[in-house]
Amino acid sequence: MKVILKNVNLNHPSQKLKETKTNLIIKDGKIIKIGKLSEEDTKNSKEIDLTGKVLVPGFFDMHVHLREPGREDEETVVTGCDSAANGGFTGIACMPNTEPAIDSSEVVSLIKKQADGHLVDLFVIGAATQGRKGEVISPMAELYESGVVGFSDDGVAIKTAAILKRALEYSKMYNLPIIEHCEDESLAGGAMNEGLNSTLLGLPPIPSVAEDLIVMRGILMSEYTEGKFHVAHISTKKSVEMVRTAKKARLNITAEVTPHHFTLTDDAVKTYDTNMKMNPPLREINDVAEVIKGLKDGTIDCIASDHAPHSYEEKEVEFEFAPNGILGLETQVGLALTELYHKKVLSLEQLIEKMSINPRKILNLPVPKFEVGEDANFTILDVDEVWTVDTNNFKSKSKNSPFNKRLLTGRAVGVINKNKMIFEKETLNI
Amino acid sequence: MPLSSRHLLGLNGVPKEDIQLILDTTKTFREVLERPIKKVPTLQGKTIVNLFFENSTRTRISFELAEKRLSADAINFSASTSSVSKGETFKDTIKNIEAMKVDMVVARHAAAGTPLFLTKICDANIINAGDGIHEHPTQGLLDLYSIREKLGRLEGLKVCIVGDIAHSRVALSNIYGLKTMGAKVSVCGPSTMIPRNMKELGVDVIHNIDEAIQENDVLNVLRIQLERKAREYFPSIREYAKYFGITEERLEKNGKDVVIMHPGPINRGVELSSGVADGLQQIILKQVTNGVAVRMAILYLLGTMN
Repeated sequence: MKVILKNVNLNHPSQKLKETKTNLIIKDGKIIKIGKLSEEDTKNSKEIDLTGKVLVPGFFDMHVHLREPGREDEETVVTGCDSAANGGFTGIACMPNTEPAIDSSEVVSLIKKQADGHLVDLFVIGAATQGRKGEVISPMAELYESGVVGFSDDGVAIKTAAILKRALEYSKMYNLPIIEHCEDESLAGGAMNEGLNSTLLGLPPIPSVAEDLIVMRGILMSEYTEGKFHVAHISTKKSVEMVRTAKKARLNITAEVTPHHFTLTDDAVKTYDTNMKMNPPLREINDVAEVIKGLKDGTIDCIASDHAPHSYEEKEVEFEFAPNGILGLETQVGLALTELYHKKVLSLEQLIEKMSINPRKILNLPVPKFEVGEDANFTILDVDEVWTVDTNNFKSKSKNSPFNKRLLTGRAVGVINKNKMIFEKETLNI
Repeated sequence: MPLSSRHLLGLNGVPKEDIQLILDTTKTFREVLERPIKKVPTLQGKTIVNLFFENSTRTRISFELAEKRLSADAINFSASTSSVSKGETFKDTIKNIEAMKVDMVVARHAAAGTPLFLTKICDANIINAGDGIHEHPTQGLLDLYSIREKLGRLEGLKVCIVGDIAHSRVALSNIYGLKTMGAKVSVCGPSTMIPRNMKELGVDVIHNIDEAIQENDVLNVLRIQLERKAREYFPSIREYAKYFGITEERLEKNGKDVVIMHPGPINRGVELSSGVADGLQQIILKQVTNGVAVRMAILYLLGTMN
């Protein structure tokens, strides 16, 4: 089938391409023409008018928790991918803290099989250690061969410096990153950020230094081993400063931040709303300011959601007993556009780098291009659409979003990938 | 004038007028407690559930007595901290109890914020009887009342809270209540037991117990919770008693008629020597009596407002 995207704006920063009101023709999932339409072009084709919309290389979320295998009541591979597509992503990478953990090629292929034929490209992050227990490194070579794109014990940091050293050394052979959940175990276990608010609310605190220590450990170990180290969901001022310094020294360090860590502070916990509970916890205003500065100056490479579905029953309990984590896939684009693009923290080009190009680079994946002969892998943005988040419209199996009813400006209105297109809620085979 | 809220969740943000009203009402009930017949019919026909998800003896008995003195029907419910472990969720437990048509719920829970959660899932008046390390407003109010009874005022007094501030729900309620009523509040204890942000609350921090005795009109001495995780925050009981324990010698040396309070139960020989615990400067058992009167006042004020 031939589809013509008419009057569309194109924006691809790494191709240095920015065009307005052009046309793009896709045939059998590949780009066959960009530019003016001839009479021949319009024959036997479906035309979709995208006036005012921006076509960008498909967004990629490198930090997503699908609950399969183990907690399919909260999310499956399919509902997670549906949620990603609805949120404007054409690719995601899922974290290995499932039950069982993703530490063998069997589990990897089981998960990948579920996503067969889906519009969204699903990539798998393997466990850094066997069973995520932090004792022995996982079969990284075998995992690499089965298509794993990074390693992490996410949910916790790799238990000891010795195991981290081995993981960085071993994964270096395949140029895959160690993605670290930075939290010192002996300081962990609280319910919110340590600060004035934790005192006022009487909630057990997690000090920011718990994150900083493990970020520091990772930076030092990465320097020593020359391994590739990626800081997951960075959230503190100090950690951002350390990553900035490490980058200046040209170390092999990258970092991501979640939308909630650049949008909310721990003031949001004051209602004891369990949808404000996640790990790392919401931090203070100084931390948020530094995270935003880090996004602006390039210290933070990408935005990732840490999409963490939890059932209603699990979250509808006392704050201290509620599990950590919130949904992210279906609010991320809107929050990034609202909080970063419209507030002039990032240009649209910078935002595309952080949501499409950089995450793929970190995971050694090819970046989609606007070129004849390339696969059509795009996100369609309406950067000015004002909309209200409604969890009832989510494709995720869970509803645990702190952003329900929030007014946002800018939305992903469609995605195109793998011979499929979703636009205005309609799915087309193209 | 009625209270400004139909719940008592904490003393944070409770206006001065409300505290004044509660303390004045307490005075009336305090007189009732001195009568030969200590029962009044005020809350006849009202049903109050004492929902204790955490062990408590004195607070529960104090509430129960207050309820009985007011002629309310009191029901006691005790459960382990997490009802989830028994299979039923906390919310379901509450819904079940509410379905039995209760008017007021007195709740004690190990998790902070539970009373606020209760207001969202249940229509009864909610009274916080202690939530985690957050607040214990009735204890705060009985402490205010006891100080006012002893010294005739609260405004301008210097009150120091001594001990494990970080793991105490009593400390925070005292700080809020005392500051609202115009007292000057400080805390004294080992630095591992004092939250980092005390100054932002307008509270001075000191680490020298002799200085605390010299500088203050009242010392509210908290219990060191030997049985809890708090035990890990100081090196030994011996060291704590030596540097932060209040003894007759210390009181004598600093030569001052400071009022000694304690929410109980006391670890004799740790935070207070036996001599001080039974001495002339303490008002510890008065606090217990006042506790019943304060709870009567709160139950009355909340129970008659809707």
